[in-house]
Amino acid sequence: MHGANAALESDTPATGPLTAELSVNGTAVVCDRMGVLWLPGSATLVVSDLHLEKGAAFARRGMMLPPYDTAATLSRLGAAIASYAPRLVISLGDSFHDRIGSAHLPECYREQLQGLQRGRDWVWIEGNHDPDRPVGLEGSFCSELHVESLVFRHEPKAGAADGEIAGHLHPTARVIRRGKGVRRPCFASDGKRLLMPAFGATTGGLELRHPAMRGLFDRTRLVAHLIGRERIYSVAYNRMNG
Amino acid sequence: MPEPFLGWFASRGWQPRAHQLELLSETAAGRSMLLIAPTGAGKTLAGFLPSLTELAARGKPKPGSAGARSLHTLYISPLKALAVDIERNLARPVEEMGLPVRIETRTGDTPQSKRARQRTDPPDILLTTPEQVSLLIANTHAERLFSGLRYVIFDELHSLISSKRGHLLSLALARLRKLAPGLRTIGLSATVADPEELQRWLVPQSRLTDERAGRITVAGGASPIITILESEERIPWSGHSARYAIPDVYQTIKDHRTTLIFVNTRSQAELLFQELWRINDDSLPIALHHGSLDAAQRRRVEAAMGRNELRAVVATSTLDLGIDWGDVDLVVHVGAPKGASRLAQRIGRANHRMDEPSRAILTPANRFEVLECQAAIDANYVGAQDTPSGGDGGLDVLAQHVLGMAAAAPFDAEDLYAEVTSASPYSDLDRETFDKVIDFVATGGYALKSYERYARIRKRADGLWRISNQQVAQQYRLNIGTIIEAPMLNVRMTSRKNGTLSGRGGPPLGKVEEYFLETLAPGDTFLFSGKILRFEGIRENECLVSKAWDQDPKVPAYAGGKFPLSTYLADSVRAMIADPTKWGALPDQVSDWLRMQQQVSQLPSSDSLLIETFPRAERFFMVLYPFEGRIAHQTLGMLLTRRLERMRAQPLGFVATDYSLAVWGLEDMGAMISDGRLDLAELFDEDMLGDDLDAWLNESWMLKRTFRACAVISGLIEKRHPGQEKSGRQVTVSADLIYDVLRTHEPDHILLQATRADAAQGLLDIQRLGAMLKRIKGHIQHRALERISPLAVPIMLEIGRETVAGEAHESILAEAAEDLLTEAQNQI
Repeated sequence: MHGANAALESDTPATGPLTAELSVNGTAVVCDRMGVLWLPGSATLVVSDLHLEKGAAFARRGMMLPPYDTAATLSRLGAAIASYAPRLVISLGDSFHDRIGSAHLPECYREQLQGLQRGRDWVWIEGNHDPDRPVGLEGSFCSELHVESLVFRHEPKAGAADGEIAGHLHPTARVIRRGKGVRRPCFASDGKRLLMPAFGATTGGLELRHPAMRGLFDRTRLVAHLIGRERIYSVAYNRMNG
Repeated sequence: MPEPFLGWFASRGWQPRAHQLELLSETAAGRSMLLIAPTGAGKTLAGFLPSLTELAARGKPKPGSAGARSLHTLYISPLKALAVDIERNLARPVEEMGLPVRIETRTGDTPQSKRARQRTDPPDILLTTPEQVSLLIANTHAERLFSGLRYVIFDELHSLISSKRGHLLSLALARLRKLAPGLRTIGLSATVADPEELQRWLVPQSRLTDERAGRITVAGGASPIITILESEERIPWSGHSARYAIPDVYQTIKDHRTTLIFVNTRSQAELLFQELWRINDDSLPIALHHGSLDAAQRRRVEAAMGRNELRAVVATSTLDLGIDWGDVDLVVHVGAPKGASRLAQRIGRANHRMDEPSRAILTPANRFEVLECQAAIDANYVGAQDTPSGGDGGLDVLAQHVLGMAAAAPFDAEDLYAEVTSASPYSDLDRETFDKVIDFVATGGYALKSYERYARIRKRADGLWRISNQQVAQQYRLNIGTIIEAPMLNVRMTSRKNGTLSGRGGPPLGKVEEYFLETLAPGDTFLFSGKILRFEGIRENECLVSKAWDQDPKVPAYAGGKFPLSTYLADSVRAMIADPTKWGALPDQVSDWLRMQQQVSQLPSSDSLLIETFPRAERFFMVLYPFEGRIAHQTLGMLLTRRLERMRAQPLGFVATDYSLAVWGLEDMGAMISDGRLDLAELFDEDMLGDDLDAWLNESWMLKRTFRACAVISGLIEKRHPGQEKSGRQVTVSADLIYDVLRTHEPDHILLQATRADAAQGLLDIQRLGAMLKRIKGHIQHRALERISPLAVPIMLEIGRETVAGEAHESILAEAAEDLLTEAQNQI
């Protein structure tokens, strides 16, 4: 659609793949528009930065955000798990928005989460928001996990880190064309490392251009895989502004 | 009038004016009053006379007495600068008469120590802003501080009431009345369309009787002399820069002593300032003044202006209000004024003596603006007013106030309800909604009651609501106010040496919206603070820039400062176009243009809607001329394209200006209308404001932006404070995401109600659109043309130039993703 307004943006461009399939340090991975990473070789599903109970964490500090974020995040997570039927789920840190989040998790959500865990392996990676093992939930807990040629940890390590899959930074990319900008959460990878988008329903984002991202990628090879309404859009970092 | 006032007036060779004496006697009799007077009528002094005479009679209060521990008079102005200016003007008579009166200001700039001292040892007269009043009444000292309050003076009341700021202030006034039952209010205002609304605002409302303050109206002085700039140059079809007129504007500056140049947006101000200096061969002192500039820089300009050292100031609305600006002898208005009252007030800046006529020159930036300027001139001569009305009080504002009242003292819901509904914007508020607001303040007001244990305010056994802890009060103080601006970053100058940036330490230039900076890459240039700057990068929440030598910068695309065309002027423009006998006043280029339109197509008449269709460059266009302002047109454009799509006209996009709307698509809409496939009556049926509107609204970025403002004002999310969000991992709450979650799970939540009410009132101009659809029913005239008409040229030129900020274009992503595909294919 060309022109000055986007009244018709419901039109989904027909072209382009719905997912982005790429290789990170030699391992094939699939970036899905649901915001999850799929490793077909090991039937592993990766989600990052769920930030469960974020609303409650803010309410404890006097900001009464809607109490529906956990329900929304879990239902999307349920849909992703139903669609891939993974053998292993990795939750890449900041699974809960604060230290006491898992202990205070309302019973209905706990049961929902336990249902998702049933019949598969589950790994909680330690995050800066949730440095302790989740209370009253299944799954193993660790700060790092190696699968195939990849290493999973919450915070990306400075310097070269071949095969690192990390979250923490909530990457977003801003694409500018014809004077208009669109910002979306994204997967970001230069083939060596991959940053996961935040999965939680009310998590904000940080642009790839932000100083916090400095030094993580070979920017000449960096591609952002933006999460669109119906599909993934892959845009090279050096072509963000057209 | 008592001594020493009589003597003081006489010593200056003045007579007290009739309205000053009348205000004095009315207020002495216990009445609250509204004084409507043009600038230069001694309005401010009149407002203070009741206080000053009373304070003179009282004498100095004994230390420790009630009088020494309470304020006597509160003066509230919409602008910090105005409060400071008044202090200066008031100091002189008080000093000369030797009155035992202490006057102080209190604004956001007042140091913390002085503010604390003012709470314990208040002055007699405090000059302040609405936000400071809200802070003071939420303080635990409020009861003592205001116990002896006698007068509250509201300056520029007309500009205060039509915003959420006015809603908050009306609630503060209701509280002040409770603390000091005997207080009288004095409203000072320019001429407005509905003075009774202001009169009601000033006094407590009741359901049973119609309560109003008294009113004194001072007739306007000499009529201003307003002309449209005469230029030999061709007036452009479209655009807002008025670049063609720069040499003529420069010449008028040379011909006058001091010229005030008003523009509508900050980017226009920057551009005009830059262009004037480009040709300023005489190095005339020409300055720039707008709200984003560094405060110190603004103060310097204001001071230089007061000393009559400047020949011209290019300014936005920051200078609109009643500040005394030395000897301005000419106002130049660049761009159309958008409202008759706004023009009158801006012209009032020139020649601050009411018996001499002000002089103003209007400089239209394009041809439609010529018509609008002429309509504004005609309106000015008949004294027509089109100030906006205040509207119903916002529920987000009420939520903020409720939390503040809990911070001040425990409250009883019944009492607070009575107090709130005594404020005129809230006089129709029902109890159920009020209770919902309290519930919202306590726990967010959700159907899912999971936050009870975290409640911010709680009803205790004695039936009173109390704040849960002091942290809540602190949070309230940090988030006070209703002015929500886009996140801004400081702009700081650095220097480049041998290609590298020197350390920090350059001067701050002001603030720029973060979203604008997001579009810049290092090395890009832009215009700000009258300079062409090179963007170097962002470091610790500051935008670093260096001096650039480029000739053509990228101009900042500021969102702020765009007013919609007033309904009154829109009607006048329509009437002017429809009546060729009125074209004599217009420049030849413009009347020729209208005549051409008459021959090629037809003129839009004043009571119908003209629709033209024509093909152009493999597209089919439909151009409408409703003259209802850009905002209403944008809403209409969104709704029309939805409908056209259903009617299979394959619309591709649209663009809106203040005057017209163009929609284009792949189907020949002209042919569709002619052969009956497209029914215009159906297309423009009023029911588009029903389901289509709801469906679109829910997805609209505009509603999300409104929601963000409501969420911040209501205290759901916190204001962003400069320096608070450090680099690295940012834990900001995204209002957009909260909106999505809330809309999915609780579509009737009170904050969504508040958001929709706001959108309908201002943001989308739905009321105005509704009135238009009613007006044109059965009066739609369609012309199927072979090619573009003269009247359509301006809007056709806007296509591609117009950008809609914030709208998420899936298509843009697709286009960008194509690049990568192409690149990948080329590699193979």
